[in-house]
Amino acid sequence: MIDPLSVFLLLVAAATPILFAALGELVVERAGVLNLGVEGMMIAGALSGFAAAHATGNPFVGFLAAAVGGAAISLLFALLTQVLLANQVASGLALTLFGLGLAALFGKPLEGIKAPSMTAGPLGISWIVWLGLAMVPLIWWFLNRSRAGLILRGVGENHDAAHALGYPVHLVRGAAIAFGGAMAGVGGAFISIATVLQWTEGMTAGAGWIALAIVVFSNWTAVGVLAGAWLFGGVTVLQLRLQAAGIKVPVQLLSMAPYLATIIVLVLISARQKFSRRAGGAAPGSLGQNFHALR
Amino acid sequence: MIRLVPRTENSAAWQLATPLLAVLATMVAGGTLFAIMGHDPFAAIRTIFWDPIFGAASGYSRPQLLVKAAPLILIASGLAIGFRAGIWNIGAEGQYIIGGVTGAAVALAAYPAEGMWIFPAMVLAGALGGWAWGMVPALLRNWFGASEILVSLMLVYVAQKVAAWMAFGPMKNPEGFGFPGSRNLQQYPAAANPELVAGTGAHWGVVAAAVAVLATWFLMSRHIRGFHIRAAGLAPRAARFAGVRPQTLVAFCLGLSGALAGMAGLFEAAGPAGQITDKFGTGYGFTAIIVAFLGRLHPVGILLAGLLLALTYIGGELAQLTLQLPAATVQVFQGMLLFFLLGFDLLTRFRIARRITA
Repeated sequence: MIDPLSVFLLLVAAATPILFAALGELVVERAGVLNLGVEGMMIAGALSGFAAAHATGNPFVGFLAAAVGGAAISLLFALLTQVLLANQVASGLALTLFGLGLAALFGKPLEGIKAPSMTAGPLGISWIVWLGLAMVPLIWWFLNRSRAGLILRGVGENHDAAHALGYPVHLVRGAAIAFGGAMAGVGGAFISIATVLQWTEGMTAGAGWIALAIVVFSNWTAVGVLAGAWLFGGVTVLQLRLQAAGIKVPVQLLSMAPYLATIIVLVLISARQKFSRRAGGAAPGSLGQNFHALR
Repeated sequence: MIRLVPRTENSAAWQLATPLLAVLATMVAGGTLFAIMGHDPFAAIRTIFWDPIFGAASGYSRPQLLVKAAPLILIASGLAIGFRAGIWNIGAEGQYIIGGVTGAAVALAAYPAEGMWIFPAMVLAGALGGWAWGMVPALLRNWFGASEILVSLMLVYVAQKVAAWMAFGPMKNPEGFGFPGSRNLQQYPAAANPELVAGTGAHWGVVAAAVAVLATWFLMSRHIRGFHIRAAGLAPRAARFAGVRPQTLVAFCLGLSGALAGMAGLFEAAGPAGQITDKFGTGYGFTAIIVAFLGRLHPVGILLAGLLLALTYIGGELAQLTLQLPAATVQVFQGMLLFFLLGFDLLTRFRIARRITA
């Protein structure tokens, strides 16, 4: 008999990297910026976090370093899209390719080292998992109840109007991008420090892209992101259970499950948004468009 | 203070100058990186950009230039067409892998038959496999409005698993002593994609890449479909009024780029790689995105950019051997190149002027 609580906790833990990254990207997209570099920021966080945790022996210092590392690399994207007004899709791709390369380059000496052990929090799960769960209401509150969140949403819905009201569009977006980078970094570090317990090249394995899909699935809400991340965590846990149970399906086919599930979910939610009355669902009005003030 | 004034039309001069500037800036930034890592920056840059063509070991590395450039140019030619129309196929890596798998499947099914039909059938199967893999995001976008960016990318991971499954399962070489991976197609004359002219590195993929450059140039500048694609990219609303159907373009662009990537995969599987393994995809599909942008989405530009990026691959390998630089150096270089290109592109679209204070 499988204990349902322990399975649920496994699911919550499996969802944590995606939850962090998707919550960060949610804030970025609500500010009107589409950052496709989540995968690159996650891997940067996975490496910088692991390196700092290894150097200090303290995993929590590692997570702090991961936030800094993710935010630092995201500033390259901010520089390109907010200062140099480059195409967001291309810049995000560049960030992912560059991040993967940079992490592979600097991660070489860390290969084969084990991560320092972490003290578990309540219910035997990591404090970082709890932090991720706490971020959901916090971000909900920030977006829907705080003045700063209102400004951020205004910038994302209509940057021309926000600019006319005197809000610094590029500054708000730059800050959102850095926050998204920090969150993605922590998410990536959860994979290296708390899940795999070592550094391997390309270890985020598409988690950043899944996070991007989950933001679409969430209809740009914090609670939706949590639901999407848990759905993904459920598929992952189920897939691992089936592998462990020795089911007569090749491992390679089972491990496709998270990616296929992401596609299916994306299709379902896009269809709902497409055929609902409000075209484009709840996507921010200025999403993916650069802002240039003529006056 | 300075301010940016949008140009009414992109500057043609800067459009040519920014890729060159980006390459120079990458050399400078890359050199700085090497210096930080404790290598001689000048030696490293020379090893990567000069020695493969003119250095002591160039006899070996020069033919490699075409071997590496062919898949990049073939894939990028297709991608650029979609990018022109604002259709973002970033899953070429997956279409490349599937093309290699379906093409190799024909060869393995025919083994050990001999015949002139086998290789053409493989090329066709590779193109069809890549086309089908590219049509998935196209149809999901057309029917349900799902983002082709995310779907095509997810399918890269699925394709990698397919290749791994094939290498360990259905396509495993029965005479392979238990090692994963298919039969080596280079040792199967009817299916092999050999060097056509000794010492040049040119295999059928190089021929296909040359044809692709010519064909995409014709399509984009002489054919009505190319005009529609360009119109849809510049002014989607106006294009729709002119009778351009966006759904047709999505299917055309993703299908075509998928087919070209699939062909590239097959040429690789039957030629330089020789077999399907779990590590069949080596990132050509992603590097081709950089090639397309660096080549300004223009066939001739893509030809030159493909050769340059191929050079970084070969130079990177050389630097690994002679200077013990890590393999990931090339990836960092390629990422930097795209960063600098996108950054300098500001000058193409904007004019820098002195701010007039009231």
